[in-house]
This record gives sequence, C-alpha cells and structure tokens, in this order.
Amino acid sequence: MSFNLLVLTCLAYVVFLFVVASAAERSALEGRARWLRSSVVYTLSLSVYCTAWTFYGAVGYAARSGLEFMTIYLGPTLVFAGWWVLLRKLVRIGREHRVTSIADLISARYGKSNLLGVIVTLLCVSAGTPYIALQLQSIAQSFTVFVADPDASRFATDRTLIAFWVAAGLTLFTIAFGTRNLDANEQHHGVVTAIAVEAVVKLLALIAVGIFVVWVVAEGPRDILTRIDAQALPQWQIQPGRWTGLILLSAIAIICLPRMFQVTVVENIDDKHLATASWAFPLYLFLISLFVLPIAVIGMEMMPAGSNPDMFVLTLPLHMGQDGLALLSFLGGFSAATSMVIVASLALATMVSNHIVVPLWLKLRAAQNLDTGDMRLLVLSVRRLSISLVLGLGYIYYVVTGGSAALASIGLIAFVGVAQFMPALLGALFWRGASRNGAALGLAIGGVLWFYTLFLPSFGPDMFVSAQIMEQGLWGQGWLRPYSLFGLTALDPLLHALFWSLLLNSMAFCIGSFVSFPSPIERVQGALFVNVFDRPGVARSWSRPVAQAEDLLPMAQRILGAAQGQEFFRAQAETQGKTGFLPDITPEFLQSLELKLSGSVGAATAHAMISQTVGSTVVSVEDLMAVASETAQIIEYSTQLEAKSEELARTARKLRDANEKLQSLSEQKDAFLSQISHELRTPMTSIRAFSEILMDAEGMSTEDQVHFARIIHDESIRLTRLLDDLLDLSVLEHGQVQLNIGPTNLRDLIDKSITASKSVQAEREFRILRNRDPEDIEIVTDAGRLSQVFINILSNSRKYCDAENPQLKIRARRKGRMVEVDFIDNGSGIPRDKQALIFEKFSRLTDSMQAGGAGLGLAICREIMNNLGGDIDYVPGQGGAAFRVTFPLVLAPNAQA
Amino acid sequence: MVKRVVVIEDEPNISEAIRYILTRNGWHVDVSPDGVGAVQSLCDDPPDLLILDLMLPNISGFEILKQLRQDARTQALPVLMLTAKGQGADRIQAEQLGVSRFMTKPFANSEVIAAVDELAGVK
Repeated sequence: MSFNLLVLTCLAYVVFLFVVASAAERSALEGRARWLRSSVVYTLSLSVYCTAWTFYGAVGYAARSGLEFMTIYLGPTLVFAGWWVLLRKLVRIGREHRVTSIADLISARYGKSNLLGVIVTLLCVSAGTPYIALQLQSIAQSFTVFVADPDASRFATDRTLIAFWVAAGLTLFTIAFGTRNLDANEQHHGVVTAIAVEAVVKLLALIAVGIFVVWVVAEGPRDILTRIDAQALPQWQIQPGRWTGLILLSAIAIICLPRMFQVTVVENIDDKHLATASWAFPLYLFLISLFVLPIAVIGMEMMPAGSNPDMFVLTLPLHMGQDGLALLSFLGGFSAATSMVIVASLALATMVSNHIVVPLWLKLRAAQNLDTGDMRLLVLSVRRLSISLVLGLGYIYYVVTGGSAALASIGLIAFVGVAQFMPALLGALFWRGASRNGAALGLAIGGVLWFYTLFLPSFGPDMFVSAQIMEQGLWGQGWLRPYSLFGLTALDPLLHALFWSLLLNSMAFCIGSFVSFPSPIERVQGALFVNVFDRPGVARSWSRPVAQAEDLLPMAQRILGAAQGQEFFRAQAETQGKTGFLPDITPEFLQSLELKLSGSVGAATAHAMISQTVGSTVVSVEDLMAVASETAQIIEYSTQLEAKSEELARTARKLRDANEKLQSLSEQKDAFLSQISHELRTPMTSIRAFSEILMDAEGMSTEDQVHFARIIHDESIRLTRLLDDLLDLSVLEHGQVQLNIGPTNLRDLIDKSITASKSVQAEREFRILRNRDPEDIEIVTDAGRLSQVFINILSNSRKYCDAENPQLKIRARRKGRMVEVDFIDNGSGIPRDKQALIFEKFSRLTDSMQAGGAGLGLAICREIMNNLGGDIDYVPGQGGAAFRVTFPLVLAPNAQA
Repeated sequence: MVKRVVVIEDEPNISEAIRYILTRNGWHVDVSPDGVGAVQSLCDDPPDLLILDLMLPNISGFEILKQLRQDARTQALPVLMLTAKGQGADRIQAEQLGVSRFMTKPFANSEVIAAVDELAGVK
C-alpha cells in the first residue's frame, strides 16, 4: 500500500472523528441525542485504557510471557466488578466537588493544598510523557511497517518525522475539542464520543484479525488450542507472585492513571453509568483480549524468525496478503494510540495549567499589582499551551530515547508511577485522619523511589543512571542499588520498585498523618469526602442550587419553635404580597431570616445553616470555625451562669434561713431577758421596799415587823426557786442532765407525788379519783424526774382548778412499750388560744403570786419528758384541764436525748 | 384634805409596801390588783394621783394610760408608772402616751414619796 494512500486514510479517519466529535458537541449543547450521554458511550470511553500498547503490545507480551498479559485486564475487571467499594464513592466525590483531575482531587481533599497538586501533576507528567511517546512510537512504527515499499520516499521511513506530524495533528485535535469551552466541570462530550467511536473501531479491528487467524489461517478453535500447546514456552508458566503484583498494579492504574481518572470520574454524568460499566467494561476487556493468544501463536508460527511480535496484529494480515484487513488493523492501532494521546494530554494539560501555570501566573500578576480581570481567555490559552507542551514532551522523549525500549515495559513503568497516588487517594476517601503532611510525605518518598528504582534506569545504562551506580549503588552503597534496594534481590525490577515505593509511600503517609495534626480546612474536607454518602441533600443541591422555602421552614421551626417559625414565614410572605407560609426566597428574606435565627443560635451559626440549606454556597471553613467557637462560648457561658445562679440561690436560701434563725433567736433572747428581768425585779422590789420600811421601824408594831420580815423571807425563797428553775431548765434544754435510771412502780410513784403536792394550798379540799389496779406497772426510768413532772401537774391543778368542788382524775395504762398517765380536773380548763402557749417559758396565765412560780413549770416538765424519751401534752375537750404524760415502759440509757 | 392615790398593781407584796409608805405620809391609798374595771371608776371618781404597774394580767398599763388620756376627766391626772421590765423602749412609749413620771422597780421608797408629792403638787 502506498504511503500517500495510508496518510490519506488516516486523514479521512481523523476528519470522520472530527465530524463525530463536532456533532456530539453540538447535540450536547442543544440537549439533543441523549444516547450520546448514555452508559454505553461512558463504558466505551473507558476503553481509553486499551492503548496502542494493548492493541499491538499485548500480542507481543503473550508471545514472550504467555497468559501473563491477562493480568493487565484482570486488575481493572476486579475494580469495576467491585465498583460499589471504591469507584462509586470516587465518582460521587468527583462530581460533587467538581474535581477536574486526580491532582485536583488529592489537593482538594488535603486542605486545597497546591503543593500536593504540584507533586501529583509532576508525577503524572513524568509517567505520562513516556507513555505518550510510546503511542507516537507505535503509530510511527505501524506506518513504516505498513509501507514496506523499498522505493518509498525517505519521508515514509523516517519515523521521527512521522511521529512529529502525528503529534502535531493530535495537538490540534485535542486543542480543538479539549479547550472549546471552559465549563466548570470540565466535561468534553465531543471528545468522549470520538473516543467511544475509536473504542468500537479498535475492538472490531482486533476481533476481525482474530477471526481471520482462528478460522482462516487455522482450522477453528480446536486447532488453535493444539497449536498453543505446541508453541508453549517455559516462561509461559504462571508465576503466582508476579501475577498478584501485576493484577494489583493494573487495578491501581485503572483508578490512578490521569486519562482513566478523566473518563471515569471527570467525564461521568451519572452514577448509574458506573453500574452499567461495572459489567460492560470487563466484557469489553474480555473481548479485546480474546484473540491475543491465538494471534501471538499463529504469528510465531507463520512469521519469519526475528519478526517483532509487538507488530503481529499488523504484520500477520500483511504477510498473508490481506491488505484490507491490515488497513482495518492499522486503523484500530491508530485509534488506540490517538484516543490515549488525546485524553492523556487533555488530562495532563488540565493539571499543568490548573496547578502549575495559572497559580504561577496569578502570583506574578499579583506581584506586579496588575488587575487579573477576566480569567477565561487566560485559562484557555494556558490549557492550549499545556496540551502542546505535553505532546511536545512526549515527542521529545520519543526522539531522545529513539524508541528503543520494548513497548510493554514503558506502560508498566508508568503504571508504577501513578500507583504512588493510591495511598493518598484511599486515605482521601476512607480515612478522616489522613493529613496533608502525610500525603505529601508519602507521595514524595514514593515518587523519588519510583524515579530512582524504575523510571531513570529504564532509559538504559549511562543515560541518567550510570552503570556503576546500577552495579554498586549510589555513592558505592550496595544497599542503594536501584534494582535491589536494601539488599532485596528476589524481585524483578518492576515488582521491586512497586514493592518498595508503595510500601514506604504508605508508611510515610500513615506516619505523617498520625504525627501531624490536620488543619481545620483539611478536617472539613476530610469529613465531606469520607462521609460523602451521608449528605444526600448536597448532591441534590447542585441540580437545584436555590432551596425552596419548604426547606427553610422546618429549619426555622426547629430553632424558633413551630408557632413562631410559621408566624415569621407567614409575615414574610405577607410583606411580599403572598398568602400562606412560603415566601419567595429573596435576598431580603434570607437576610431577615438570618437575623431572626441569629437571635437564637448566634450569627455565624445562622449564616452557616442558611447557607447549607440554600445550598448556593458551600459553608466556608471560617463559617464553621466561627460556629464552633460561638457554640462553645454559649455553652461555656450558660454552664457558668447556671452554676452561678444555682450557687447564688443556694447561698441566698442559706442566708435567709440563717437570718431568720438569728432573728428569732435574737427575739427569743430579748423576750427571755425581759422576762428574767421582770421575774427577778418583782421579788426584789418587795424585798427592797420592806427592807427600807423596816430600817425606819420607829413606832412600828412587832406584829407588822414580823409580817414584813416574812414577806422578805418569802420573796427571797421565790427568787431562789426562780434561779433554781432557770438552771434546771438550762441543764435540761442542753441535754446535760444526769438521769438516775432505775426500776420503780408507777403506783408508788403517783402515791408519793400526790403526797408531795398536798403542801400547795393545803387548805383546799381536793379530791383525787384513781383506779389503783391499772397503775400497778413496773417501769424503768428516772423516778425523781418523773415524779417532779407529776407533782408539777398536781400542784397546777390544785392552784388553778376553779371548780366549786375541785377534783382530779388519774388514769394510767400501758400502750405497747409505752405508758400513758392522764390527769384531768373538773375546772374550766385552758382556753383554746392559750393551749399552745402553756409549755413556753414564762407563760404564766394568771398572776404570779397566786401561782407562786415564775411560769417555768410546764416548760421544765416538757424538757424532763423529752429527756425521759416521752412527752407531755395538753388534751383538749376533757371537761377540764387535762394533761397526758407519755413515757417508755423501759428507758434505755442511750435513749437520753 | 387628805389626798387620794389609786395603785394598780398585781403583785400584792408590792402594793402593800406602797400602801404602807404612802399611808404613813398622809395619803389615802386605794389598791386595785386588776386594771380591767379600773378605768371606769377612775374616770367616774378621779383621784389625785395614779400609780400604775406596766405588766398586769389581762390588760397592760399602756392601754389603761391611753384610755385615761382620752377621757376629759382624767386627761390631766398625774400618773406615775412603775415597771419591772426596765427597757428604754417602754419609757419612750409611756412618755408618748402622756405619762407624768416613769420609774423602774425596784425603787427607793423615798423616791416614790418625793415623786408622788411633786406630782400631786403637795410641796
């Protein structure tokens, strides 16, 4: 086939893609052709994973290592089949936070750290550049293989030149569709559709070659299987360790590769597409790998020795004279390479412009104090420049390395490079404690190890790493040999690099996260990322940026109370001229609502709550911090206030009680002193007066003198008795009395008391009515004190009973462990209003001379009875003065008060 | 003409002492141990002087003084008040009610005689 025809075919194919992309872009803009945004297109776009390396290189890989090439498909299959675990969360976060690249995601999660963005971008560019070079190489190689015409021009065989034009063409295509618009969510429907078309082309091409090989060259599947067995090489044996490592590597790569992140996360428009892709994408991988081994085996059989197995897909049809099939195969490889280059350069350019060029530019402008103005054109220009830069780097890499390295190894090296994002990415999704410092440390260590143990040595000896270092290690340190770090020699270079870089990366990440404390913004972002599914409201708010009043009303009710919240909303609706409870969400309304809520929960909290419900702005970290400190302050204050007011109330109560006690004590003391004074002065007045009369006794009769002396004598005795009573009362009141407890008989005690009381107004006829039998009770008590009480009661009765024929009934009885003795006379008794007073001190009801006491008798009786474990009460309504004395049958010594 | 003094005092020994002293000095002494019915008879037949105890059963000396001062016939009656309580507040209250002289028990006999003579205008 002539070179020109081939170029023409390529151009026609590119134009076709251009038309498809344009049509898709237009349809998306106009909202038509919804199938373009279906899960099928999404799944097909994921096939950007299958690059020229897959298309051509897989067959070469199979020729060299048997089924091991399958590991590259098994990893992604596992990840997609288990999409629920990781991809779902990743995609949701990506859409909610409008993530533009993997660098953006990691940077956003770790406190919007641009340092992390830069590290990830640099690693991506480092890993991606050889990868892009690999695609350029494969296209150039396929050109020269196809045009095996010895007469062809120098141009047709100069791969460098071909690669240049391919790179230039792809740059233009990518710029045309990758930077057409500057949408915030960085979705490119045209590019995605073109990629989907290319996915179909490369799959069809590979299946066509496969069918040709199986059913035309060979004689069906059975024949192929026997040929495979015949061709089997020793190195085709499955090595479990290596398989595990490679499956893990490809599983990580499907997530971390910038182009895969672009199509899986950034270009995703619906979670459901992922569900479809979870089975459809593995199916695609299965189909595209189905004929790899047959093609490899037939190629090894049919092709002349020394043929490059990486080109079997193309050279086999050519060799068999199937030019049409060869052209289809060529277009399949072309599709695989171009789709990868387009998406990868787009993704890398986004990172480079967003994380390196634009920040630098802004810093520069700020330093020069220039107005930044409209960023649109700037960003687009930078994006275009970055695409050219990335493709240019790929081209330069291709030229410098001369395309000598085997295709497959370059792909795997890139895989290990991007695998360094995995610890930070997993931490971002599942570990709130993951910190920026940990991520930066892990990425840096992993990146450096990848560079030293895999990337730099891959250029070949003496390119970047000298043979001496490879042999003896850095600075002659044997443990620093790039391929056997720390003396580990059991693994091949790829797995060795993967092992050390991921291990130390993860360890550094974890240690760094444990040691450093995340900043507030990191904690907020961490919570938003890790708990992305806990907040269904946020996901909804993107499609409906402004909340309805229905959403705000429940919140307001919670804070203001149902009735008040509803009234506020109703009033607001009324001012807007609406009826009902739902006003329009105007800035004025939101402001007054915020003001209203501020009164209850504080300004910052109110602002944050409304912001969150309205959903138009994400709550800023400053807002949240203000909320936290405000809430903490309020809690602190209210707790303090509560404690203070409780303490105050307690103190006030204590003070009031103490004051009342003091006051009553003071009043009691004053009244008591006044009484004492009166009781002492009264006899002393008589004594002094009659003493003075006697001192001037001239002409006084002896009779009078004796009479006056007797008064003085009696009043002196009265004084003495008063003092005795006071002392007795004081002793009894203070419980210092010495009781003389012993057995005695109640009847005998009453007998003695009656006899003793007869001296009081002895001249009065006074009948005592007794029933002597029930009185016969053996008791244990202080007999002297008890008879003192009895005598007092009997004397009072003799003194105060105003009946014509005074008489007193005495009734004694046992009541369980107690004894009751009633004394009831037939006088007029004690008036109801005085009954409560009679046991108080100095509560003498009639004049003192008649009673002959100071009014302390019953007070003393009550104190005595308390000391004897009993009591004395006045019993009203008995037809006269009635006193009841109660005391225990047996007084235990410890019963003393 | 023999001057008449009424003594309202519930302590019989004290009233007997006062009666003895004043009788010896030429007074006619009427003793009342209870102040309840005393106000009426004092108003009907005012004496030359009243000696009034403060602490009495059933009615206080203050109450008797108050009632006497409200009646025109006893408005100017000289009243010597005796008390065993001896508190400053009682003296102030008695003076506000129009007492002529306030003395605390125990008293010197000569002081009582001098006060009675002075209040009755004997000297």
